[in-house]
Amino acid sequence: MSGAMNTSALAVGTAAPDFTLHSTPDQRLRLSELRGQPVILAFYPADWSPVCGDQMALYNEVRHEFAEYGAQVLGISVDGAWCHAAFARDRKLHFPLLADFEPKGEVARRYGVWRAEDGTSERALFVIDADGIIRWSYVSPVAVNPGADGILEALEGLSAGKGKR
Amino acid sequence: MSGLSPAVSETDHCQGPEEATVTLVEYGDYECPYCGQAYPIVHRVQKALGRRLRFVFRNFPLAEIHPHAERAAEVAEAAAAQGKFWEMHDLLYEHQKALDDGHLAQYAKRLGLDVDRLKRELEAGTHTPRVRSDFHSGVRSGVNGTPTFFVNGQRLDGSWDFDGLMGAIERASG
Repeated sequence: MSGAMNTSALAVGTAAPDFTLHSTPDQRLRLSELRGQPVILAFYPADWSPVCGDQMALYNEVRHEFAEYGAQVLGISVDGAWCHAAFARDRKLHFPLLADFEPKGEVARRYGVWRAEDGTSERALFVIDADGIIRWSYVSPVAVNPGADGILEALEGLSAGKGKR
Repeated sequence: MSGLSPAVSETDHCQGPEEATVTLVEYGDYECPYCGQAYPIVHRVQKALGRRLRFVFRNFPLAEIHPHAERAAEVAEAAAAQGKFWEMHDLLYEHQKALDDGHLAQYAKRLGLDVDRLKRELEAGTHTPRVRSDFHSGVRSGVNGTPTFFVNGQRLDGSWDFDGLMGAIERASG
């Protein structure tokens, strides 16, 4: 059910590479700390896109629906922690934004969603299950906010799978 | 991805005939400045196409960034309960910068609505489920910000200026 257009993005079934990144100027978050719950990793090119069409603003509104699946959403871009802090405050975001800042884009490269020509990541989504395995991914055209429907379908798929076990 | 669900039905707020060649659905937020820009454009498109077009509006308030958007959406629904949805819809978009409770009550009065009933319904959250249900359907349909338009059920990812909307509608009409 992968909708990935970018063939270099890590494939479904791959273990999500672990990383530690700043989530605030004085806090770091390690992906594997979230084992036990689904994680939505949302790569986006940059903070400060126009408000009403902003992907992070949308996930902020939809976070309650993500929470129904026990899922944690993480935004990730190459912006620095201070930039993220200002952006999150301005947009009243209630979930972490990770700074893939030093070395720049390292995590995006490891997930296969680096855009060397722009020096930013793709607009790419990964849904990672409670065991740290990538279960869904989607790379959107960089100018198109992919919305949240694909993520919710993927989360629904995860909880259906759990029911069968 | 990006298909409208559920399809337009009689529970929706519609302008134009059911048998119109093209149905344009907007997911919008009354406090969103881009929706405010889209508002006169939609009117122009409606005027240009007449009965070939059916226009549908669904609520998508981005409440974290627009503090009055949820309440404004509920007021429009409360007006709908008194048969004046589109009148309220237009007033709200024409007064986007004045959407506090005092102004909302004035608009209700101006439209000759039963203001006490409207206030009671807002207090009781009578129209909250409708707004939530619109929002939820938007999320599931691939709405990615406001405004998001669907032309015959397909999300419009291109421009929604007059030419953009007209072009998408022409393509959908075949």
